[in-house]
Amino acid sequence: MSSIIQLTNITKFYQVGEEKVHALDGVSIQIQKNEYVAIMGPSGSGKSTLMNIIGCLDTPTSGLYELNNTNVSDMNDNQLAKIRNKEIGFVFQTFNLLARSDVLHNVELPLIYGGIGSLERKKLARAAIERVGLTDRIHHKPNELSGGQRQRVSIARALVTQPSILLADEPTGNLDTKTGDEIMMLFDTLHKEGNTIILVTHEDDIALHAHRRIRLRDGKIEVDEPIKNRKVITRPTTVMA
Amino acid sequence: MKFAFDEFKEGMAIAFAAIRANKMRSVLTTLGIVIGIVSVTLMGTAIEGLDRAFNKSIASLGSDVLYVQKWSWGNHNDDWWIMKNRRNVRIKQAKDIEKYSEYAQAVNPATGARRSVTYGQKLVENVVIIGTGAYWLETSGSTVAFGRFFTPIEADGGRPVCTIGSEVAANLFPNENPIGKNIKIGGYAYQVLGVFDKQGSFLGLESLDNRVYVPINRFFQEFMSQRSDLQIMVKAKSVEELDNTKEEIRGILRRSRGLKPKDQDDFAINQQEMLIQTFNTIGGVIAAVGLFITGMSLFVGGIGIMNIMFVSVTERTREIGIRKAIGAPRRTILLQFLMESAALCLIGGIIGIIIAFPISLIIDTFLPTAMPLSVVFIALLVSIIVGVVSGFLPAYRASRLDPVDALRYE
Repeated sequence: MSSIIQLTNITKFYQVGEEKVHALDGVSIQIQKNEYVAIMGPSGSGKSTLMNIIGCLDTPTSGLYELNNTNVSDMNDNQLAKIRNKEIGFVFQTFNLLARSDVLHNVELPLIYGGIGSLERKKLARAAIERVGLTDRIHHKPNELSGGQRQRVSIARALVTQPSILLADEPTGNLDTKTGDEIMMLFDTLHKEGNTIILVTHEDDIALHAHRRIRLRDGKIEVDEPIKNRKVITRPTTVMA
Repeated sequence: MKFAFDEFKEGMAIAFAAIRANKMRSVLTTLGIVIGIVSVTLMGTAIEGLDRAFNKSIASLGSDVLYVQKWSWGNHNDDWWIMKNRRNVRIKQAKDIEKYSEYAQAVNPATGARRSVTYGQKLVENVVIIGTGAYWLETSGSTVAFGRFFTPIEADGGRPVCTIGSEVAANLFPNENPIGKNIKIGGYAYQVLGVFDKQGSFLGLESLDNRVYVPINRFFQEFMSQRSDLQIMVKAKSVEELDNTKEEIRGILRRSRGLKPKDQDDFAINQQEMLIQTFNTIGGVIAAVGLFITGMSLFVGGIGIMNIMFVSVTERTREIGIRKAIGAPRRTILLQFLMESAALCLIGGIIGIIIAFPISLIIDTFLPTAMPLSVVFIALLVSIIVGVVSGFLPAYRASRLDPVDALRYE
């Protein structure tokens, strides 16, 4: 009903030489609005494939994927691009910023592809940058920023289109613990503000920030449970530039 | 699907950022296009020059003048050997045309030889001596700057008088008035009556000013046999009557040369029109071959662009992945790379024109010409087209990249 993501019996096969690899084998998940979900699993468990499918970067071999009650499982490339642009905010482990563009341009890029006019775009981008506390770095290039700052830029870029879900793939994987904690606090705050967050990670520590844990093994859901002993960082998430 | 201007602007920005980021590579790649555009525009300029030179020269022949000769100017329906073995066109034919033709306004026989011309200690070698009747001015359209041409009486009497070309005058009389002076042509004394206006050269080759005109009757005595081959220029009373004039003269000539009814014409009546036709055929072939050959270099340049665009796409696979992940549709990626290659080629085209322009000025000094504006526009258009065409395949490949693979690319 009000679920944002409805995955029904999703499978994904890859043909590797002679062999058929089941990356996902009958996965069904429902995610409600404003949920905070951690997807976990060892490498090869299918969590990257699941993330790609949820992120509309890839389509399932079979099964139904409804995002906001729209069937996206058999959309074409360009339709998927539009969905990614409007509905999904990606935060990558390696930040994936455009190296030659400054912070502002990186953040406004999704709005350019979304066809938002220049004035409106700048306004939204500045707001998103302010939200992650990087207003004073707005004209810096990624290589002039620290890892934590880069990840903040990538979060701002994910937020700027006000997507239905924030999809973070190992967002702290390339950061030291302290910076990682800061980023996770930012996610916590974003969740409190009403965002739906899906966190892909293999670190239990990071997963503890979420409300629900889905553990995959060999392309199947092994565990899908609420997290009781949540890790709550009480320090305020003010600007840490 | 609406085309966003911002998307275009983004594409432009990316294109120029990419070109700037790889300066050396961009310069080297563009060089191919530069060379291609330089050669094509210069070829276009040269062809333009050839056209101009021809049209200028051809205008001097006059559209209302017929040229009676052994040789035909037209496409060779007649064999060269047959034409060579024809009887010479003689002075008698000129006299007969003058006597019998009703359509002819002026008839003027002419022939030429090369001799040295001297005045005192000054010597000009290899001057073309034209033996002609009194109606050279009327039939050739050339004009006398000062002094005069010789009269029919002087011509018929074979007086030792001459009118000289401006170049000869400049060489023999740098500080003197040549009128009334006696010069020696091939050792024979002639009095200068006048000097021609400067005329330039025919087809950019032979100067029309390095000439001396003498009465043909005198010419026959001193430079060449009466039996030698002539050209008879016949000016028609009007251009409209040119065909009738031609037919009439043909009849007169056949009678004058004693041809029987079944004999073929052993002479040709040429007109400007035939030369234009011949030139258009030859000129068209030269232009086509020239542009084809120079176009090859542009083609090679285009291959260079395509090659470097493939490199660029591979290098930026990850960037493409990022852009796709955050929602760039295929056409945007396609556009981005097309604009990059088009921009590369356009820059090459502009540089090419900047280089070609001074070279065209150098060409202008020996073959009067100017780089036509149309060539400039076509060159720029062609370079953009080359960019789009050679960029298409790499750009298409980029636009089809799978975002998952592209993001994973190291």
